[in-house]
Amino acid sequence: MTRDELKIKISELLPSAVFEEGGEWLNVQIDPAVWLPFAEQLRSSPDLSFDYLFCVTGVDWKTHLSMVYHLSSTNYRHTLVVKAKLDLNQPEIESVSHIWRTAEFNEREAYEMFGIKFLHHPDLRLLILPEGWEGKNPMRKDFEDPVNMIKL
Amino acid sequence: MYRESTIVNESASLPYNGGDEGDMIINVGPQHPSTHGVLHLIITLNGETVKKVDPNLGYIHRSMEKMCESLTYRQFIYVTSRMDYLSAHINNHCCALCVEKGLQLEVPPRAQVIRVLMDELTRLASHHLWWGAFAMDVGALTPFFLAFREREMINDIMEETCGTRLTMNYMVPGGVMADLHPDFQKRVHEFIAHFKKKIDEYDELITDNIIFQNRTKGIGYISKEDAIAFGMTGPSARGSGVQCDIRKLYPYEVYDKLQFDEIIETGGDCFARYMVRMKEMKQSISIIEQLIDNIPEGDFQAKTKAVLKLPKGEFYSRVETARGELGVYIISEGATTPYRIKFRSPGYCNLSALDHMAKGQKIGDLVAIMGALDLVIPDIDR
Amino acid sequence: MWSLQNITDNIHDWLYATFNPTVAMLIEYAIIGALAIGLFAMLGLVLIYMERKVSAWMQLRLGPNRVGPKGIFQTTADTLKLIVKEGMTPTGVDKLLFNLAPFIVMIVAMVVLAPLMFAKGFQIWDLNIGVFFITATSSLSVIGILMAGWASNNKYSLLGAMRSGAQIVSYELSAGLSVLAIIVLTGSLRLSDIINSQENGWWIFKGHIPVWIAFVIYIIAVTAETNRAPFDLAEAESELTAGFHTEYSGMKFALFFLAEYVNIFVVCALGATLFLGGWMPLHFGTNTRFNEVMDYIPSSVWFFGKTFFLIFVIMWFRWTFPRLRIDQLLNLEWKYLLPISMINLLLVTFIAIMNWHF
Repeated sequence: MTRDELKIKISELLPSAVFEEGGEWLNVQIDPAVWLPFAEQLRSSPDLSFDYLFCVTGVDWKTHLSMVYHLSSTNYRHTLVVKAKLDLNQPEIESVSHIWRTAEFNEREAYEMFGIKFLHHPDLRLLILPEGWEGKNPMRKDFEDPVNMIKL
Repeated sequence: MYRESTIVNESASLPYNGGDEGDMIINVGPQHPSTHGVLHLIITLNGETVKKVDPNLGYIHRSMEKMCESLTYRQFIYVTSRMDYLSAHINNHCCALCVEKGLQLEVPPRAQVIRVLMDELTRLASHHLWWGAFAMDVGALTPFFLAFREREMINDIMEETCGTRLTMNYMVPGGVMADLHPDFQKRVHEFIAHFKKKIDEYDELITDNIIFQNRTKGIGYISKEDAIAFGMTGPSARGSGVQCDIRKLYPYEVYDKLQFDEIIETGGDCFARYMVRMKEMKQSISIIEQLIDNIPEGDFQAKTKAVLKLPKGEFYSRVETARGELGVYIISEGATTPYRIKFRSPGYCNLSALDHMAKGQKIGDLVAIMGALDLVIPDIDR
Repeated sequence: MWSLQNITDNIHDWLYATFNPTVAMLIEYAIIGALAIGLFAMLGLVLIYMERKVSAWMQLRLGPNRVGPKGIFQTTADTLKLIVKEGMTPTGVDKLLFNLAPFIVMIVAMVVLAPLMFAKGFQIWDLNIGVFFITATSSLSVIGILMAGWASNNKYSLLGAMRSGAQIVSYELSAGLSVLAIIVLTGSLRLSDIINSQENGWWIFKGHIPVWIAFVIYIIAVTAETNRAPFDLAEAESELTAGFHTEYSGMKFALFFLAEYVNIFVVCALGATLFLGGWMPLHFGTNTRFNEVMDYIPSSVWFFGKTFFLIFVIMWFRWTFPRLRIDQLLNLEWKYLLPISMINLLLVTFIAIMNWHF
């Protein structure tokens, strides 16, 4: 599916979606509350069949957080970028680990690095940070570590 | 300062305490001969049978993504050599591609060919090391030394041109850092001749060995659908029949002009993954043969400004490393440093499938599965 | 010709003539004990050096080459290092069993040397149940290994010891059955009788194909019994770090290590004695002239040559093959080797009854 066809299809599925201009692939901005049903549709819809979630990451925009999902289809080879804006103080989004198994690990990483809480995640605990980590989430922009961080 | 708030702590990491009576929980790693680095697996055993594998990462986490946020677009590439140190060139390549995408920079043809040559040599060196280490995981010690004999030749070639043997830092935005060494072509020809003689020895020693085949066939099976769902890429996924070679799907540099096959096996077990890598080595040699006598003349580096500034926007580039798909995702705010950078590392996703593959197998199989996945821990931890 | 019989007899006679019988006997015991310990130490040094050189040769390396000419004192240096190293006893181990285990393994390995015939007339104890004694005693080493694994209070050690127990107990069967093939042919358990019965040719040449089968099974089974690769599951380093001796260090570790090599020597010496004639030179039937030429080579050279050839074969296995998995290992024994050796034993018995061997 080309970018324009994909755009039409997505706006049919989710009228509230906001498309971003530019970028290599189609960028969709969604409300985190609709993410789970939208993700299920993306995965199961026969002409979309986004079965390959190749990049999951969080971004700290200082005023808010956002989750970025890069999706691709191994059948049709089209790619979609889904972004969800999250609240800075209480970042919460539904987990999609039952749709794409790879999300389980990637969401755990985003959880400890950005403090984003994934609802209904099967096993949300620290993976990379040491046990009993107390402190801010390291990938947040306001994270300070005077001992180990060297400012250039 | 950094022990004030406690966001993460509220459901802090709990050790796995499930399991029935009589189960044994073993810590494999962080120092263990077969984890090839500081990977820590908490495995639950019932006798010899593995019931659960719970990876615990972070022993070599350097928070590269955070580091890169304060490094300029020229500097951050050097850090990525330390990511997957066995395909350092390819990591650098991916970052350079991403920066070039943002600058809309045209790379001179000579630099493109040099980059591809270096990538393939790196892939060969990485697969050699994997072959030796994998054989060692299943208990044969001699192949390790045979593999190093060939790998050493590649390292010598690298040393002549790049100045280093492991973390090359040779690719820069716009091309490569220096021109090829005058002896480069001669050395590569010598290596190709040597490799073609020795690759049969590999097959005789390990591939055709009945014990080796028993140890790998039907072990660590993962179906095509599961491999995609787990985000597996590279030879590990191609062993399950997933078409995922970035060089074929989204060709970069001169890969679209080259003749080579994407190796796909459908076995889905350790032996299929082994065969993919063995055949991939031969494909890499064929790519090198096609290019080595056809390196175009010209500049090895495009002219760039001293200080690079990417326009505001998001850029994503991906390449095929020896372990799978590496993605570099740069979010730029128009400054000299990236606002956010994300490395989508192949090892991290491949590792996530380990529990699925190893469940119900024996301890010896777990080691074979890890070996066949070709895990490089700094790539997983970044 | 070239026999040590005279020397040992002379010493024996002189001792009994000079001292009263009790003192003479005690002196003989002391000499034998000193010789056995000396042999034990020498074997350790020589075999470890040999293993290093063989592996280096197979792996495109040089091997030890710094300490002494061609590195021959490397093992001595290593042994010295191990002796002066602190003998760690981790907290949480069962102290008595933990410290006892390496000695049990070593004592077993030493006791097994007793009935071996190193050269013509050079034997500690010509026991009338020699072969039986060796097979019975060598299976005791599993107790030491289980003890080490259990007492270490380490899960890797426990797994390694359990593997080792399962493995040694199973492979004992086919090793024993293939040894029985020769016993059936000679009709004696006494090692000197077995060697003398090969005066007109070694059993491997006289016994037709069944003895060949028994020989091959014997080599496979003893490789497994001594925990050598490709059957080194008890210490599988890529799986269990070091298996049953994970927690051992210093001299206690060295004892395990030495015992492993002495065990290899014993099983190879037994294999050489049973199948390749022990110290008996290469004889062909009644071809007297050829046999006389062969007799010029001393019997000890024949014995050690054959033994070291078998040791080399076992080392060759180790540096060539990948390791088996535990279930494959037990499958190999119970589903293939054991039935084959049982049928083979029947065949050999039939040949012996019909007197079809040469």
